[in-house]
Order: sequence, then structure tokens, then C-alpha cells
Amino acid sequence: MMDTGLILHTGAFGLIVIGIAGIVLSSHLIRIIFGIALLEAGANLLLLLATWHEGTSAPIIVDGHIPAVMADPVPQALVLTAIVIGVGILALALSLALRIQQAWGTLDIREIRQRMEEEIADTAGVDLPSSPHAPKPFPPVAAKQEGRS
Amino acid sequence: MEWLALVIVIVTLTSAVAVLLLKDFLAALAAFSVVSLGMSVLFVIVRAPDVAMTEAAIGAGLSSLLFALALRRLGLWRSKD
Amino acid sequence: MQRFTSALFLLGLGLLITAIFQHMDFTGTLPIAGDAINAAAAQQTGAANFVTAVVLGYRGFDTLLELTILFTAATAGGLVLGKPRAGAKHDPQAGFILRAGADLFFPLLLVVGLYIIVHGHLTPGGGFQGGVILAVAFFLPLLARPGTPMSHKAVSLIEGLAGASFILIGLLAMFGGEAFLTPMLDKGQPGELLSAGSLPLLYIAVGLKVGSELAGLLAHMAATEASDA
Repeated sequence: MMDTGLILHTGAFGLIVIGIAGIVLSSHLIRIIFGIALLEAGANLLLLLATWHEGTSAPIIVDGHIPAVMADPVPQALVLTAIVIGVGILALALSLALRIQQAWGTLDIREIRQRMEEEIADTAGVDLPSSPHAPKPFPPVAAKQEGRS
Repeated sequence: MEWLALVIVIVTLTSAVAVLLLKDFLAALAAFSVVSLGMSVLFVIVRAPDVAMTEAAIGAGLSSLLFALALRRLGLWRSKD
Repeated sequence: MQRFTSALFLLGLGLLITAIFQHMDFTGTLPIAGDAINAAAAQQTGAANFVTAVVLGYRGFDTLLELTILFTAATAGGLVLGKPRAGAKHDPQAGFILRAGADLFFPLLLVVGLYIIVHGHLTPGGGFQGGVILAVAFFLPLLARPGTPMSHKAVSLIEGLAGASFILIGLLAMFGGEAFLTPMLDKGQPGELLSAGSLPLLYIAVGLKVGSELAGLLAHMAATEASDA
């Protein structure tokens, strides 16, 4: 028998898994931000489902009569604020991506890591870990672009 | 209510996979909007109209606007090919 | 190598979630706090929408901190983006349909946003949802006519005043001998517009703060130099 609770839980866990897969498997920064947003949506749904029952009504008084069985308002309030915080996180992540694009001209996570390591080694005055003597990184990193703009 | 939940969950999960697999970022953004709208309907099904409104206004509206602005600035508005 | 480890990690995660799934009870646990709140909220706060009663009445302090997080994120976003250069070119003027649509929708969105904020204690909605609609309403003209200067001073002034009034209402409750942010004033009849004491005032402050913050952030993002695309 198909159960509404089972279907909704499948949706929540599915979104969480897809979001984590997006974060872990993609190499493009915008794709990773998409993954964070999906993960957040799944977590919100899971939080709401924690105290959900079949046959409840929304926790609102309509025309002065109080429904007999009402849904739990506490997780609803939590999720309400969580969604608003989520858009703040999203805006911050996107502005960081914009700055990275301006500074280094790339959004590939491997290239960004390479550039970061180079700059750190440069500032510290030590040799890069991936100097000609070190083993080659895998997968091979694309050729270095022209210097900082 | 079961069939509605089933249809919406299938649509949401399919679009979520599409967000990660579509090459064109604008198409991925459209799929992300669909995920948010599906979530909004699911929130109505679990009897949370406040949360559904928030998700529809913020998830489907404002987040997509932010993403679209960022894509425009990053030069990913049109696919390269 | 990295992709392989990532795939391995995902496989483990999938196994873990399958294991959780098999032992999970899909009927949900019984709400203890929720039932108590549902029974008492109408008398204690006078709000017809119990989610509003929880957000502003029972967890008002939490909402204040949540607004702080949003403020920090918006400020950090503005800080990271920086100021656009003086001679930076902006997007070309939008077409006739977008400009006419923006003019048409601006008053409509303004009224809808304010309605949702003011009726937050009666119907679904409230300061957060209405604030977002207000932010989008003020961003629409900017989208239709890029380059129109937006008064960042006025936006920050509204934001500061709204945040200060939220804290002030909380402090007023303290001067009355109650805890911080305790609902005050006449509770009224649940379901009427002028009811629920200070909760609608708090929600108006939240709506103005969220709206001005997000409008400022959107304007900031739109003003960043366009890449050559």
C-alpha cells in the first residue's frame, strides 16, 4: 500500500542525496551552490515531516472555530526562518563566486584550489607542493592562465 | 492526496536531477525553480501554508532572481556552444 | 582519484540512508510542545495564526537572532561585491513590454506585500513573505531601467529603524516587568485585524527590515559590473 508519509520521506531523502551528490561530484562552483540549495530544501521538508500526521489541519483559526487536530506549529516556525536564512546564504555564496570570477577568471574548483595554493606558497616564500619534483596531480590541471587581473 | 504527493515528489526529484545534469545554466535555473514550486506544493500537503508561501516567494522567486543576476554577471547566461 | 573517492562517499551515504529508512517510523512522533501551544496560543497571544504566535511570541528572541544572521549575510555580500567603478557600463535599457509591466506591477506588488505583512497574525503569511514581495517590488523598476540610482541611504535608514523598533518593542515589555519580547497590549478577539497585541507591530518591523535588506542586496548585485556576455 502506498503511504503518503513514505512518499514524502522518499522525496525529502531523495533531495538530500541529490544535493550532496551535487556538492561532492561537481567541479563547477555554480553547480555546487545549486547542490547546497537542493540539500537545504530536502532538509526543510524532513524537519517538517518529523511531527507530521495524516489528517491534521493547518494551525490557523478560521472564522473563530478552532480545528480539532492541528499540525505542530513549532517545526513550521523553524522551517520558516530556515528558508529565509537560506536565501541569505545563497546571496553570500553567489557574491563570493562573483568575486572569484573577477579575481581569477575561473569557476572550476580544481583550478581555484591550484591558484590558492600557488598564492599561499608565494606569500609564504616556499616551494609549491606541486613543484616539478612532486607527483603530478590527478586529474591533470589545465594550463595556468595569464596572471591576476 | 496520495497520488498528488506521488506526482509532485516524482516531478521534484526529476527536476532536482536535471538541475545537476543540464549543461545550460539557464535551463538548470528553470529546473531549480520547478523544484522550489514542487516543494511549495508538498508543504501545502503537510499542512504548512505559511512555509509554502515562504518557499514560493523566496525559493521560486527571490532565489531564482539572485541566480539569474549572478549568471548574467558571470557570463553564463548563454551556453557556450 | 577525487571523483572516485567522491563516488565511494556517495555510495556509503546511500547505504546509510537506506539503513535509516528501514528503521524509520513514517507516522511521525507525537508533538508535545506543539499540542500545548495549539491549546493555549489563542488565549495567550490572541493570534489566529499559531505559526505567527510561535515565531514572534514564543520564539521572538530567536527571530531577532535570525534577522541578525540575515543582516550579516547581506552585509557580507555587499562587502564582498564592493563598489562598482565610476565609469562602469550597465545593462542596456529594457524593452517596452518589461518597462510597461514594471510600471503596472509596482503598485500591485506593493499593496500585496503590505497586505500580507499586516495580516500576518490572521492568515498564512507575515513579515518574511511580505518583505520579500516588497523587495521584489522595489527591484522591478531597477530591472526595467538599469542605471537608475537607488538611494542606498534611505534603504539603510529604513532597515536600521525597523531593526531598532523591533528591539525597542522587546525592551518596552521589559520595562513593564515582563521578559524580553513578551507580547503586550490588548489581546483583542482572535481573528480580527486589530488583535494579538504587539505581534502585528513586530511583524511590520520584520517585514520592513527583510524588504529593505533584500532590496539593497539585489540592487547591489545588479550594480556589479556586467561581464562581457
